[in-house]
Amino acid sequence: MNHELITARGLDKRFGSIHAVRGINLDVRAGEVVGFLGPNGAGKSTTMRMLTGFLDPTAGTVVLDGINLADHPMLAKRRFGYLPEGAPAYPDMRVDEFLSFIARARSFTGRDIKQRVDAVIERVHLSSVRLQTIETLSKGFKRRVGLAQALIHDPPILILDEPTDGLDPNQKHEVRELIRHLGSERAVVLSTHILEEVEAVCTRAVLINSGSIVFDGTPAEMDAKAPRHIDRNRLDSVFRSLTTVDTADPHTRKATSR
Amino acid sequence: MSRISVIFRREFASYFATPLAGVFLVLFLFLSGLFTFNLGGLFDRGQADLRPFFQFLPWLLLFLVPAISMRLWAEERRIGTIELLTTLPFTLTDLVLGKFLAAWAFAAVAILLSTPMWITVAWLGSPDHGVIIASYCGGLLMAGSFLAVGGCISATTKNQVIAFVVCVVACFLLLITGFPAVQDYVSGWAPSAVVESLAAVSALSHFESILRGVLDVRDVLYFASVIAASLFANVLIIQWRKAD
Ligand SMILES: Nc1ncnc2c1ncn2[C@@H]1O[C@H](COP(=O)(O)OP(=O)(O)O)[C@@H](O)[C@H]1O
Ligand SMILES: [Mg+2]
Repeated sequence: MNHELITARGLDKRFGSIHAVRGINLDVRAGEVVGFLGPNGAGKSTTMRMLTGFLDPTAGTVVLDGINLADHPMLAKRRFGYLPEGAPAYPDMRVDEFLSFIARARSFTGRDIKQRVDAVIERVHLSSVRLQTIETLSKGFKRRVGLAQALIHDPPILILDEPTDGLDPNQKHEVRELIRHLGSERAVVLSTHILEEVEAVCTRAVLINSGSIVFDGTPAEMDAKAPRHIDRNRLDSVFRSLTTVDTADPHTRKATSR
Repeated sequence: MSRISVIFRREFASYFATPLAGVFLVLFLFLSGLFTFNLGGLFDRGQADLRPFFQFLPWLLLFLVPAISMRLWAEERRIGTIELLTTLPFTLTDLVLGKFLAAWAFAAVAILLSTPMWITVAWLGSPDHGVIIASYCGGLLMAGSFLAVGGCISATTKNQVIAFVVCVVACFLLLITGFPAVQDYVSGWAPSAVVESLAAVSALSHFESILRGVLDVRDVLYFASVIAASLFANVLIIQWRKAD
């Protein structure tokens, strides 16, 4: 099942005078874990919001598992799980109530609701807090609730905006293991600004800068772009060189200084 | 329908997730009692009906309904759950209707908590139950209209306080165009067509005509159109400004 699950063509987004995303093309197949990398404000979240239909693109199309998102949003929305930036959730709901609500929203009924909630709570290790209200959770647990919410219907596509943000090193490791496992048969797109994360979980790195893709390849290929003499933090060096070229380019500098 | 009920259930339960609901209901009961018995003189009038209660109801709703509607969308924006809701398999119509119906049901609970007054009046005398039932329907319709308008306003902001204040002002305007003093003032200089159309858009005029005991189609249609138009506008506002 190695067909394209995500196809984005010419994705473009302007917010007034800000040109946040500039004609991004992206194809993701089952079995791929794509890491969106880029400095703050590069356009990672905006791109993911267009992939999930939260934002309508100024131009371009998104096709998810063969379904055009703009034409059939209700069908397309069933194909993915989405963790928005900051893992928003209702603070005064309990973890199990919140996940039950998501299960119902995903059209599960009757006993399936409890079964799905129990399974996902097990999967992302939330048993110890399942009866706590979300507002009382630590940042790490809150993020995992967001992850659980995205996984509850076992979707073929996962779009995760900063899934490990705010987690401690152990929790980060755990979530990365989970994502890598999930990615073996799904299309996963995650965003991060932690380079080691890309090496640890991603089969592919997509580097975004000022709304454009400046690198798309395996983490190993990215590593190979680093100059020979650097033997530590090689990815850091590639990241810096690829995301600072723009400021040296007089054409773009003029465009951004407006 | 079941998608709307998923939203309805979560929303309705959320009113009771905090002590706020209790505070609200107690306040509503206390104020309606105060108005009805002390200011309205329910017992001194020597008449068995609930007219004082229903005459004060619009003014009570003017402050209490915006307190319900202010959080409908502003809170979703503030905590970012609007991004979750709109990327789940719901249509915007599901979301707007589910939220509105839950808020309306909560307002109905508040209004119907006054039924002990009805029982008291029925026990003391022989009120015209038809008039009372019509008046309750009128009160529910007015609450629904205010809620729909308030939901729309809440959809434009992250700030609940702003949503509250603007909603009070909007509902106040909807009421006062039918206020006798305003009508008198306007009729002093404006052509009668203007005066009549002001009365026609006033929630108060329609409510008062319902209080006379007949649930006229025109009055029901008025409230129904305010609700429908506001809900439609609410969908459009969310559609255009989901991410702002
Ligand atoms: N709703 C919005 N209105 C205006 N500008 C926005 C909005 N959302 C994002 N932007 C701008 O778009 C650019 C890209 O933002 P974002 O996609 O959040 O970056 P990243 O997730 O890579 O840090 C930034 O310059 C940001 O200020
Ligand atoms: Mg971001």
